[in-house]
Amino acid sequence: MTGTALTGTVSRQRAAAGLGLIVLAVAAIMFPVVFPSPVTTNYAVYALIFVAVVSAWNMFSGFSGYISLGQAVFFGSGAYAVGIAARDWHINGVGVFALLPLAALVGAVIAVPFGLVALRVRRHTFIVITIAVFFIFQLAAANFSFTGGSVGVSAPFLPWSPTEFNDRFYYITLACAAAAVVIAAVVRRSRFGLQLRAIRDDEDRARGLGVRTMRVKLSAFVISGAITGLVGGVWFLYLTQVQPPSGFDPLFDLSLVLMAFLGGLGTISGPIIGALIIEPGQLYLTIKYTNGYASEILLGALFLLIVLFVPRGIVPTGGEWIRRLRTRGRPAIPPASQRAAVPSGPRSEEPATSDEGRRDLKAARRRAGDRI
Amino acid sequence: MAREIYQAIVDGILVGGVYALMAVGLTLIFGVLDIINIAQGVLVILGAYLSYQLSVSLHLDLFLGLLITVPAMFVVGVVIQWAFIRRLRGRERTSMTLLVTYAVALIIEGILYEIYGPNPKQLNASYVQSSVHLFGFYLPWIYIYGFALALALVAAIYALLYRTTFGRSVRATMQDETAARLVGIDVNRVAALTFGVGVAVTAVGGMMFGATNAFNPNSGYDLISRLLAIIILGGLGSIGGALVASVFMLTVESLVDIWSPEWAIVVFYAALVLVLVIRPTGFFGRRPVRAQ
Amino acid sequence: MSVLLRTEEVRKAYGGVHALDSCTVEIEEGSVAGLIGPNGSGKTTLFNVITGYAKADAGQVYLADKKITNVTPDKVFALGIGRTFQLTRIFASLTVMENMLVASPNGRAAARRRAMEQLEFVGIAGHRAELAGTLSYGQRKLLELAYVLVADPAIILLDEPAGGVNLSLVNHIADRIRELNAAGKTFLIVEHNMEFVMGLCDQVTVLDSGAVVAAGPPAIIRTDRRVLNAYLGEDLDPADEENPADPGKPGDPGPGEDA
Repeated sequence: MTGTALTGTVSRQRAAAGLGLIVLAVAAIMFPVVFPSPVTTNYAVYALIFVAVVSAWNMFSGFSGYISLGQAVFFGSGAYAVGIAARDWHINGVGVFALLPLAALVGAVIAVPFGLVALRVRRHTFIVITIAVFFIFQLAAANFSFTGGSVGVSAPFLPWSPTEFNDRFYYITLACAAAAVVIAAVVRRSRFGLQLRAIRDDEDRARGLGVRTMRVKLSAFVISGAITGLVGGVWFLYLTQVQPPSGFDPLFDLSLVLMAFLGGLGTISGPIIGALIIEPGQLYLTIKYTNGYASEILLGALFLLIVLFVPRGIVPTGGEWIRRLRTRGRPAIPPASQRAAVPSGPRSEEPATSDEGRRDLKAARRRAGDRI
Repeated sequence: MAREIYQAIVDGILVGGVYALMAVGLTLIFGVLDIINIAQGVLVILGAYLSYQLSVSLHLDLFLGLLITVPAMFVVGVVIQWAFIRRLRGRERTSMTLLVTYAVALIIEGILYEIYGPNPKQLNASYVQSSVHLFGFYLPWIYIYGFALALALVAAIYALLYRTTFGRSVRATMQDETAARLVGIDVNRVAALTFGVGVAVTAVGGMMFGATNAFNPNSGYDLISRLLAIIILGGLGSIGGALVASVFMLTVESLVDIWSPEWAIVVFYAALVLVLVIRPTGFFGRRPVRAQ
Repeated sequence: MSVLLRTEEVRKAYGGVHALDSCTVEIEEGSVAGLIGPNGSGKTTLFNVITGYAKADAGQVYLADKKITNVTPDKVFALGIGRTFQLTRIFASLTVMENMLVASPNGRAAARRRAMEQLEFVGIAGHRAELAGTLSYGQRKLLELAYVLVADPAIILLDEPAGGVNLSLVNHIADRIRELNAAGKTFLIVEHNMEFVMGLCDQVTVLDSGAVVAAGPPAIIRTDRRVLNAYLGEDLDPADEENPADPGKPGDPGPGEDA
């Protein structure tokens, strides 16, 4: 697009985004200082855990369109990996954190056969396979002795005070969340991310154009699994224990998918918004209604509201509202052929595209002002 | 030992019949409407509770009670589809139906908890406990009824799909919604009615399940995961496949149960994964299950 | 001129329907070949078989001397055969430029430059930052052509490139095809628009019910009785009989006019 007016807008937008990011980073870092109570930081830790996990999920499922309901497989496996390693290798104290890369590795390694089986089938079936594998893992964890059966595994003791504990875990999970978001952003801009998104739109056509679809899908799945496994390990250390129903919790997957949908599937900031809105709310409900049933009803009702009324998610819908606000007062239908309409067969909108036509188009665009 | 194995096979077949009752509705919905109805498990339990309530309050015989519960569940199904699922559109539609039905399932489960609490119930009748002794095997009467019912229901649904005008509309919609609309089929109505039929069948399954198992509101989870595995195995949309897959899976589980009860259920899912590796369309998959 | 693309006795049946029946087609290198025939004659099926989207029941497909029967679509693409679809297939949630980059093999900057070249060539460069899903039908056709060109294929199969678009765009597309052909690309075009085909193609093959009924230069084809029969059926006005000895009744207000 031409015109200094447009360039000015773009660089203004970039500056605003950069400033916003800095503000956000400062706020995030200062958060435990401003709100030192361990109760508050507890909420924050959980919220950040979900930011990381939802970003990782979105990076695979949001971009490729293959909705996975089996992320808990990686999460729980990562948790168990850290716990079992700490127990069997007799690691205590702060050294346990060195086991986190192991959790990521376990997540990645599990993702490979998982993906090879699951990614060969249609999308609907893929969802169900992820559910099936999830149950396999949950049941296996309850049945095997090395996973501690239904008792589970406990984390080694960390000699920190409650405030210290929560604060430190806050920064750890913040780092995880930031890393997950950055990785997701990098993937999105990369050629790899482009291929993923093409797969989402028309996998056959993408394959026909030379995209190695299985390789691309599997790679994204593995990265997503590794991140989720790592965060699972962190969660384990925070909670200091894991059992089959908590490490492999069906509501975990559902919540994270809901957060991704709420924020906006396939976006970068969507998971952040979705997690920050829903997780504190969910946690609050779980704590307040410990008998669990009312929270289920409310969660279900919330799901329905979100899916029915904000189906594309906050970020895309919000973006649209902003665009509508900005273009208020401008003609609804921009001058001829500038804004393409919905494709229609014989009634094609395409005008002459000769040189003269092109010059006219440019002039028309400049007259109508810049569009977002 | 051999005796145990044969009994296990017989048990598996009979229990498979009960599961088929529940799976057939699910595969109909999934195959025809492309809706992953996660609520099917809880709806079965709802059906069981309805039968329970009828037998406790009105002392109705279980089978007689079906005359009430089946239409009731039909209405529930239509309402769910019409109120929530109808609006879903777009590329993510199938995944969204999963979320929506899961949400509905949570709500129903929560409500059942509030009304009935967590203590398990079981449906009772004179024939529930008794069995017939045939060729040295124990065949509980209730399971025999259930199996017969499953066969009858499968036949009935086939008849509905292939010999009625409604069934033709359903099949047309399944093939191509736009084309169906163009020939005058009210697609929304067809969708709502099909969903209703799929859920109505769960009333029967619920009664059977409740008669043969202790259940509480939480039982839906285990149930839906098994049902999903069954219909994938049998092929999405294949009614006959659901029947075969139910019998197969339950027989396998029953056999493994002899050796190790804890692993029996894991084998259930492992069998699914294994079959899909070898044959991605399932047993009778009508539509390709391959990645598109 | 050597033959670049050749199908030999290809058969393809869908259930009881014989979509292709001993179909033998030869495309010379550097030519613009047309493939016409009434609806249901098997044109798109032939495309699908050539490009790997459908499996041939019998027969072979050759690219130059290489047998490429039943090769998968991505390999077909890699071998230098590009193909567009009757119902345009583009990546709707990606921008126009991103659509181009999906097919591009090389590194970032080089890919973008080449993509821009193609976009400018077809004439939609101005839309490069727009989502492909918002393009009009005609623009989508141009986009599809552009991203197929990005990989510099030797032969391009176009499925109804002029279908459903207005006259100026049709001419625009025809011009582009001529330019590319002058630069050495071979084309095989399925079309119903007779003016388009007759004005553009060196060689036309006519399919009817899956078999080739005629092949030759446009001038011959447009008056061939078999072609008219294929399109119009057997009962035609006897007053315009082409071949008096033949009891069949061809005839039609204008030769080569589509029914």
